[in-house]
Amino acid sequence: MTARVRSPLVTALRDAGISGLVALGLFAAMVGLQTNVTNTGKMELVPNFGVVGLLVAVTMVFRFALVLWRQTRGIPVISLKPSRFAGSGRLVAPLLLLAALTLPIYGGRYWIDVGILVMTYVMLGWGLNIVVGLAGLLDLGYVAFYAVGAYSYALLAQNFDLGFWTCLPLAGLLAAFWGVLLGFPVLRLRGDYLAIVTLAFGEIIRVVILNWTELTGGPNGISGIPRPTFFGLTFNVGGGPGSFADFFGLEPSITHRVAFLYYVIFGLALLTNWVSMRLRRLPLGRAWEALREDEIACRALGINVTVTKLTAFAIGAAFGGFAGAFFATRQAFISPESFTFIESAIVLAIVVLGGLGSQLGVALAAVVMIGGGELVREFNEYRMLIFGVALVVVMVTRPRGLVSGRTPSVSLGQSKLISADMTSQGHG
Amino acid sequence: MAYALQQLINGVTLGMIYGLIAVGYTMVYGIIGMINFAHGDVFMIGSFLSLIAITGLSALGVTSVPLTLALTLVFAAAFAAIYGWAIERIAYRPLRGSFRLAPLISAIGMSIALQNFAQVAQGARDKNMPSMIPGGMSIFEQDGFVVQLSWMQIVIFVVTLSLLAIFTWLVTKTSLGRAMRACEQDLKMAALLGIDTNRTISLTFVIGAALAAVAGMMFLLYYGSINFYIGFNAGVKAFTAAVLGGVGSLPGAVIGGLAIGLIEAFWSGYGSVQYKDVAAFSVLIIVLIFMPSGLLGRADVEKV
Repeated sequence: MTARVRSPLVTALRDAGISGLVALGLFAAMVGLQTNVTNTGKMELVPNFGVVGLLVAVTMVFRFALVLWRQTRGIPVISLKPSRFAGSGRLVAPLLLLAALTLPIYGGRYWIDVGILVMTYVMLGWGLNIVVGLAGLLDLGYVAFYAVGAYSYALLAQNFDLGFWTCLPLAGLLAAFWGVLLGFPVLRLRGDYLAIVTLAFGEIIRVVILNWTELTGGPNGISGIPRPTFFGLTFNVGGGPGSFADFFGLEPSITHRVAFLYYVIFGLALLTNWVSMRLRRLPLGRAWEALREDEIACRALGINVTVTKLTAFAIGAAFGGFAGAFFATRQAFISPESFTFIESAIVLAIVVLGGLGSQLGVALAAVVMIGGGELVREFNEYRMLIFGVALVVVMVTRPRGLVSGRTPSVSLGQSKLISADMTSQGHG
Repeated sequence: MAYALQQLINGVTLGMIYGLIAVGYTMVYGIIGMINFAHGDVFMIGSFLSLIAITGLSALGVTSVPLTLALTLVFAAAFAAIYGWAIERIAYRPLRGSFRLAPLISAIGMSIALQNFAQVAQGARDKNMPSMIPGGMSIFEQDGFVVQLSWMQIVIFVVTLSLLAIFTWLVTKTSLGRAMRACEQDLKMAALLGIDTNRTISLTFVIGAALAAVAGMMFLLYYGSINFYIGFNAGVKAFTAAVLGGVGSLPGAVIGGLAIGLIEAFWSGYGSVQYKDVAAFSVLIIVLIFMPSGLLGRADVEKV
């Protein structure tokens, strides 16, 4: 058959027509006919075809524009070039750090709260980055360590009356212990199977927390978790002796506590960053990166794969545990609902979208995703829908992540950015 | 004894549903080597489509139960097939040949999007439906405990087994099935030999989605209650079934499904209902660690 050359307009129209039909098939029943329970308890269908028409029209216009644009510009679907942002870290990082440091000064209460949330995810992202980005072990159950940290602090504080700063290292240790416990059986697994097993571990821990009512309070969770203190000074709203406001002679304000919490998580996040940056320079960190690039070569070179993997799990988990303890003290209430699979997915998405292994990328991805998510909070019920769609769109259009490139800390000859598609073909 | 028999019947029913979903996982994993994370959510969409069809048909005045069931089955399978096709086209095809993690992340995104799409479009509350085929027969009695085999369970057995028979015929006897098996063995070689691999992969997704939708319909009829979140658990368990049976093996998927169904039923019957998910997840972990090639699968040879 000879290849017919269609004009771009005709191709685009044809494509739009087909997508419109597919969209009609997708939405006609699921959106057009809403099931509803009537007052008498019977099921009825509420027609909603206007929205279907709108969705189909939007799909058609979008496809039409996309196909036309692609044909006239001749742009490939996937850009294989490293991202433009790859080299700009030197400039962006200090600016970002400065903005984060001064946030409580120029931001109001709301923005500090958003900042705390973003920082928590930055820290989780950096913690998971050790496991996924550096050691190349795909972990879909990271939230389990977050939960272990949170529950460790909550239970220790409630049953033994320990303070936040005593419990923080303990929570990290316990989480690391669980990390090793998970790490041992999965030593032999790789890739997708490893991901699914870690997901199962995460779910098991959540189900156990949910059902072990005597210890964890089950679905009701644990409330009244004590807040952290500033060298023994509390942040009571009413002020009074022994409080932060009283000691420094300030007007008691809830903003003090929020700002303090912000700096606590900021410090913890920076600690995570610092530790992982330092670890990358140690033999252990080099071994992680080597493991990520090629496990078989690692074995052949005499690297102890067992120890390397377990330390990655343990250290990643420890930071998850720290973040969990902070989460518990910040919320003052925890329940199993906060530790569902979706949290693991969000943290993993942050790491992946940031470009596996890139510290700055993870931070930027957390700011965009969590901060951006806060901005669309008005559309609360559409929030996760947008998140899911965004994940797919970013993966399809920029599979290397927002900030791409992975930089092995050492390489023979000239050190250069290697995009992941090269390593997969054996050029890495 | 009677109690155990009852658990056996319940377990097999559940296992049939898992088996139907697991077939979709195993086919996709066999051909393109990725976990179709959104497959469980196609199952969920299928159960919603069935609910819509059943409600719509009763509103239109169709009272015959067999006719309703047949029409619902066709409706749910056809519309869910479009979902399967669209998911592959939007989220997976552009990423073929990309680095290993990319399709999995995209699939997770797709799964989240589908769940929340169903929540927004159909509401977050549980949808309850009265049983369409009430009653059953008592097949055995011992010490006052009557073993029940409901008509619904018989319908599930019959529908599942006939679908699996059709599907087996499709895979073993037709040219599409031959193409699918060729793609599973070696995608590149199949393409070189003139097989339209893109079409074959698309059709694999379409068939998998249709089977998952039928499983969704069975789930709705059996439990009478669905919500937008059922896809996650069912998906993980069906994936466990696929792995247990050996990824890439179709009889393995069904056997794995039955095994998971039985484990869950007996665990709920003799252990604790709250921890039944833990039982299924533990099986997944144990199988993956100790026999990653499953019951009927081929061992993976590691190439350097």
